[in-house]
Amino acid sequence: MPVTIATVTKIASLARIAITEEEAARIAPELDNIMGWIEQLGEVDTTDVAPIMAVIPNHLRLRDDVVNADPLTGGGIRDAVLANAPQGEHGFFTVPKVIE
Amino acid sequence: MTDLTDLGVAAIRDGVRAGTFSAREVAEGFIANVSKAKALNAFLVETPEHALAAADAADAARAAGETLKPLAGVPIGMKDLFCTKGVPATAASLILEGFTPPYESTVSANLWAAGAGMLGKLNMDQFAMGSSNETSAFGNVISPWRRSDGGNAPLAPGGSSGGSSAAIAARLCPAATGTDTGGSIRQPAAFTGISGIKPTYGRCSRWGTIAFASSLDQAGAMARDVRDCAIMLEAMAGFDPKDATSLDLAVPQWYAGLSGDLKGKRVGIPKEYRVDAMPPEIEALWQQGIDWLKDAGAEIVEVSLPHTKYALPAYYIIAPAEASSNLARYDGVRYGLRDLPEGAGLQDMYAATRAAGFGDEVKRRIMIGTYVLSAGFYDAYFTQASKVRTLIARDFEQAWAKCDLLLTPTAPSAAFALGEKSADPIAMYLNDVFTVPSSLAGLPAMSVPGGLDGMGLPLGLQIIGKPLDEQGVLNAGLALEERAGFTARAEAWW
Amino acid sequence: MTDTKYTIRGETGDWEVVVGLEVHAQVSSNAKLFSGAATAFGAEPNTQVSLIDAAMPGMLPVPNRECIRQAVRTGMAINAQINKWSRFDRKNYFYADLPQGYQISQLFHPIVGEGHVDISLDDKNPDAHGKRIGVERIHVEQDAGKLMHDQHPTRSYVDLNRCGVALMEIVSKPDMASPAEAGAYLSKLRSILRYVGSCDGNMDQGSMRADVNVSVRKAGDELGTRTETKNVNSVRFVMAVVEQEAKRQVEVIESGGRIVQETRLYDPDRNETRSMRSKEDAHDYRYFPDPDLLPLELDEAFLDECRASLPELPDAKRARYLALGITPYAAAVMTAEVEASRWFDALLDTGAAPVAAANWTTSELFGALNRTGRDIENSPVSPDQAAELLGLIADGTLSNTLAKQVFEIMLETGQGAAAIVEEKGLKQTSDTGEIERVIAEVMAANEDKVADYRGGKDKLFGFFVGQTMKAMGGKANPGVVNDVLKKVLG
Repeated sequence: MPVTIATVTKIASLARIAITEEEAARIAPELDNIMGWIEQLGEVDTTDVAPIMAVIPNHLRLRDDVVNADPLTGGGIRDAVLANAPQGEHGFFTVPKVIE
Repeated sequence: MTDLTDLGVAAIRDGVRAGTFSAREVAEGFIANVSKAKALNAFLVETPEHALAAADAADAARAAGETLKPLAGVPIGMKDLFCTKGVPATAASLILEGFTPPYESTVSANLWAAGAGMLGKLNMDQFAMGSSNETSAFGNVISPWRRSDGGNAPLAPGGSSGGSSAAIAARLCPAATGTDTGGSIRQPAAFTGISGIKPTYGRCSRWGTIAFASSLDQAGAMARDVRDCAIMLEAMAGFDPKDATSLDLAVPQWYAGLSGDLKGKRVGIPKEYRVDAMPPEIEALWQQGIDWLKDAGAEIVEVSLPHTKYALPAYYIIAPAEASSNLARYDGVRYGLRDLPEGAGLQDMYAATRAAGFGDEVKRRIMIGTYVLSAGFYDAYFTQASKVRTLIARDFEQAWAKCDLLLTPTAPSAAFALGEKSADPIAMYLNDVFTVPSSLAGLPAMSVPGGLDGMGLPLGLQIIGKPLDEQGVLNAGLALEERAGFTARAEAWW
Repeated sequence: MTDTKYTIRGETGDWEVVVGLEVHAQVSSNAKLFSGAATAFGAEPNTQVSLIDAAMPGMLPVPNRECIRQAVRTGMAINAQINKWSRFDRKNYFYADLPQGYQISQLFHPIVGEGHVDISLDDKNPDAHGKRIGVERIHVEQDAGKLMHDQHPTRSYVDLNRCGVALMEIVSKPDMASPAEAGAYLSKLRSILRYVGSCDGNMDQGSMRADVNVSVRKAGDELGTRTETKNVNSVRFVMAVVEQEAKRQVEVIESGGRIVQETRLYDPDRNETRSMRSKEDAHDYRYFPDPDLLPLELDEAFLDECRASLPELPDAKRARYLALGITPYAAAVMTAEVEASRWFDALLDTGAAPVAAANWTTSELFGALNRTGRDIENSPVSPDQAAELLGLIADGTLSNTLAKQVFEIMLETGQGAAAIVEEKGLKQTSDTGEIERVIAEVMAANEDKVADYRGGKDKLFGFFVGQTMKAMGGKANPGVVNDVLKKVLG
């Protein structure tokens, strides 16, 4: 399926990347070319093949239900969490007003 | 007296232990080299104070008669993908401009615990997406190498760990961290005549390392030789409960286990890696490598990895898909760049911020990833790619029935000139044709320098090993290194 | 009444309602699903936020065992299939309450498969008005943060304390056909979760909220297009949403319109649902397996522990109470809330007679709690104290009337029943001689009424009982009074 300017506009919107019409027009043939190259995957017969789950055999470990056991994964660090915020006040991050 | 910056990790460590020189002298030497090498643009942030503090700690420990840590007195470079506490981290992207992590990545923490110091944060392809270091928002890294034709065309140091490779090749640091998602340690190592190893997926924690593609990203070591890589990797690796994909295994003593004797080892030569249009010099080097390994006692066997040609297209679905999601967090709310046009709402702010913050290649991959995951395309692309990935992993498993290691070229060409491939994304992607399959299978693999091409540029050989067999990979690398006798170095022009 | 089918009477005929609920229940755990930050309600903004919850670069999720365990126990409690192999997926969308830009959830392989919840529409006769509501699945996912819009003229404030708290999404089948069924299902589900201890069920704190899927159709027709009304946070509101939304849909269809599949919000003040501003790409969440997490594999030992730790559940408990002879109504009331059933079980454990204990608890204790606005967890009377009081009734020490008096004093003072009886001299008398003496006095004072009674006014018997009891300060054994009166009045 060809990647059109309309496709690019749609995926850029889904990905929240602002693009101009000119950019979309430039990107569309590029992506179309890349996707065309990727299409060759369709040649592979994957009947009865399961999608890969873990490249190296391993099992999912579960954590104990303990609060702030490790400062690197726990809370109570508001200053560190907010330190890099482009905008914030009164202990909150702030964003342009959202109308729900 | 020897220039201390000509020494590698093992030599520095041993010299500091023996008191031949002080750690501070070593740090000062490298710091001076870093500050003189601005033309290479290898460092995004210089942290001489960090390197000096670690050096002084090593010297003090020695003076106090304490046993020195494994990397005491060794200053290293840190790829900017690793968050280090209190030092700006951008992943070479404008979108993280101004971000100073209040935390330390597990890999960097392990290195500091081993006594290493940090000379600075190394330039790279933006979010590790690239094979030439041309996607950095903060300028290209220039390879210290130049072609022998006198043309002085600036060359690519490889990517994405191009700051790491250039810095080591130019003696700005004896070793550096790298990360490898589809070849980002091995290809730059090959381009700059150094060694680099990507361990088995899960050996190095990904915690605190800025993510590109989670199922592929793996930190690894880059240094001038195999021994130094082994020492570095031993310090970096280890189980981390904070990373659910971390392998709960003890780190082997790779350095102590090094041996270039390959008697009893079978080395496979995958026939599918003989691609069309491979430069004859690379063919010749590959054959040379086969002979060297035979000489080291290995038995050579021909093997087949039938799905090799599908590795790159599968990779260019899986990695962008994961990246499109991993990079969704860069939204201008909690850190980094915020672009808020007059009167913009939240969603407009996201779009403006991400348009201004991400470079073209990053945007391209986010868009590919968004596309292949979007409604109606998921099964045809992502599911199919995940199944092909299973087949690629199975190819390797079947090869292990016949051999213990694989030998291939690292890259299909020597370093190319900056700008030469940047207009053609697919040509750029094809540079990773030999490194991507082992990444998809999570296997340990390393590149070691094998020789020079006709233009005097380094070429690398790649060893791929079974899961968890970093020792086998390092040993074969050592066998190649001992026979290649690679001593060429870039002449300083910077 | 409850057997009558619920229908909307439209201009073109009768319409059926089809309802399915997606209930989001906050898992009771100390720490969040993928981080070690606390989950407590009402903390200062952003104080329960880890680097992981704030989606700092390079952060990774590691699942909390307790959250997984609670989801499995919940699945077992609704007789569901437990999937020993499940997986986390990412649901991608951009919003200010979602720092990662994706929610970690389970789309393709949820941890719990099909199960069911049995509901009843009539407490007095539960089995005759029961219905089995299918549950499609339960999956575990992260909650989002919270936005505040009224703090600043041009900015919304972002608090990530809730962000990353574990939720169970419990998805029913579209098996409900009336507001009452939807309400009964949600109440029953809440009751089960609270028995299991997997969710505190505090709907006013947002611990449980429902997305209500409603469609209408003519009898026998295919399913209609449904709307989803989000985040409804009480049983009453869920019932109101079903009612209002069904009515609205019938009106739309009958006036020639079409129902659009959309997300709606409920406005309790106006008792109506309204459309949320739809987002063009709201339905393209680009789900894919979370590459930071491996598949979740549960072993038999884990499942055994989950199973063994389940308490007796409401249906089993109700059946047990019925077998003890307790009325269906009392059994239903006693099992609806886990705290009440725990209290009552403790009372039964003292050896109290079940039927008397149930009647006393539902009438006297619950009445008193209602009057004083207390819940049973803060009951001023312990099961042991209740047992003591019931014992005094059973052995004839106290009449029911006296028992009420004693209970009132217990409520006020917290004293034990026996001590009160002793102190206030409230002990009932069965001394026939004393009762005969008092009755003689009553008859002497009311000779006219004695004559009337003997002349056939049987109803006056109660008058004599009352006068006798009054004269004895309520302490006479009513049975003995009756016997003596019958004898002497002839």
